[in-house]
Amino acid sequence: MSDSADTVIIDYGMGNLRSVEKAVAAVGGRPIVSDDPAVILKGERLILPGVGAFGDAMNNLRQGKLIDAIGEAVESGKPLLGLCLGLQLLFSESEEFGRHEGLNLIPGRVVRFSGQGLRVPHVGWNQVENLKPDPLLKDIPEGSYFYFVHSYCVQPESPDDILSLTDYGGKFCSIACRGKVWGAQFHPEKSQDTGKQLLRNFLAL
Amino acid sequence: MLAKRIIPCLDVRDGRVVKGTHFVNLRDAGDPVETAQRYDAEGADELVFLDITASSDRRDIVTRMVRAVADKVFIPFTVGGGLRTLEDIQSILRAGADKVSLNTSAVEDPNLITVASRYFGSQCIVVAIDARRNPDSDPENPRWEVTTHGGRITTELEAVEWAREVAGRGAGEILLTSMDRDGTQSGYDNLLNRRVSDTVDIPVIASGGCGTLEHIADAFIHGKASAALAASIFHFGNHTIVEAKRELRARGIPVRLVE
Repeated sequence: MSDSADTVIIDYGMGNLRSVEKAVAAVGGRPIVSDDPAVILKGERLILPGVGAFGDAMNNLRQGKLIDAIGEAVESGKPLLGLCLGLQLLFSESEEFGRHEGLNLIPGRVVRFSGQGLRVPHVGWNQVENLKPDPLLKDIPEGSYFYFVHSYCVQPESPDDILSLTDYGGKFCSIACRGKVWGAQFHPEKSQDTGKQLLRNFLAL
Repeated sequence: MLAKRIIPCLDVRDGRVVKGTHFVNLRDAGDPVETAQRYDAEGADELVFLDITASSDRRDIVTRMVRAVADKVFIPFTVGGGLRTLEDIQSILRAGADKVSLNTSAVEDPNLITVASRYFGSQCIVVAIDARRNPDSDPENPRWEVTTHGGRITTELEAVEWAREVAGRGAGEILLTSMDRDGTQSGYDNLLNRRVSDTVDIPVIASGGCGTLEHIADAFIHGKASAALAASIFHFGNHTIVEAKRELRARGIPVRLVE
């Protein structure tokens, strides 16, 4: 790994990694995109991005021998930020296209949006209600808009793991946090200045 | 609350933004990255690039443009025009686009929608439907025909039924253009927008006919659209996105206002 990189963006073959990389660099980070467990273990902090299906993503992580590397990095106290599907992968299990086990870093489930007249996927800019102060939310005003595009949402077992809520046919967890593991359902890399502020906060952790 | 979206649409040819009406009298209107950055700063919620490049190295030209935009623009953008295969879609997404828009290729091979949405996820597959009213049908209860190749070819498909099918096949959104209104600046076809919005449970983007700020409000109030696409109203400097959003907010429509 190049000596100058500080943030490892985990590449497991799914998603728009380029946008995450550019956004991290735009706020002063030194990102490296990697699928190498050794690089992941050397990083100061990790971002787990991703779009696509949960089961495919877990298979790719397993085949790339990335699950143990992520677990080990988290155990050693390195901050981890999951984005969109990356947030969902942090949970125990998902019901997308059958039942799949997740990384189980945050206890809870991933379920499909349901509700009368609700358009799924949930697409567009929606507001985030901060439940408690957290360094990830520094200088992000209450009710800020972020860009969402997803059909499934997370249900943490413990309310303590919910950092923010968003309303779409009922409130769902839009940011989860447990220890040094954070996950956001929205795309900060696509959420203009507010998204950049959140990434800047993550780099300062 | 989920905000209603305003989406400027940029036509691009050979890696440059072009302006014109009905694909004629096209003139160069600038660099895609600069144009996209300006709309981003004004508070556009997303961008759509429709590529009309005709040359044989089209894919390389488009991919290069997508990469340049993705490097500088931190809002979502969709790329459409001439994407026919999974490889075409993949090269655009890999270059940094958030979504692709499929039109003619989806009509010719509906299975492409199924396969692409399963492979890349529904959230990045937009199906564009170019609909035209059959002039012989009842104006109160019109039949909309699906057209392809920029409106030149009329298919056997009926637009509302086709919308139902593409949603069932896993499309994440429908970009619904009224070919009767496109380029006229006389307002969206909100009967069409409402019929499709009532039929599918995925978001519908209204397109074709926007000429005033009131038209945008109407697409949300009367057309039940989730987003409104517009080109000339913003390109020719008649209005800014901020003005449009202020107007919508004054009418009680939820918007993300960047000021």
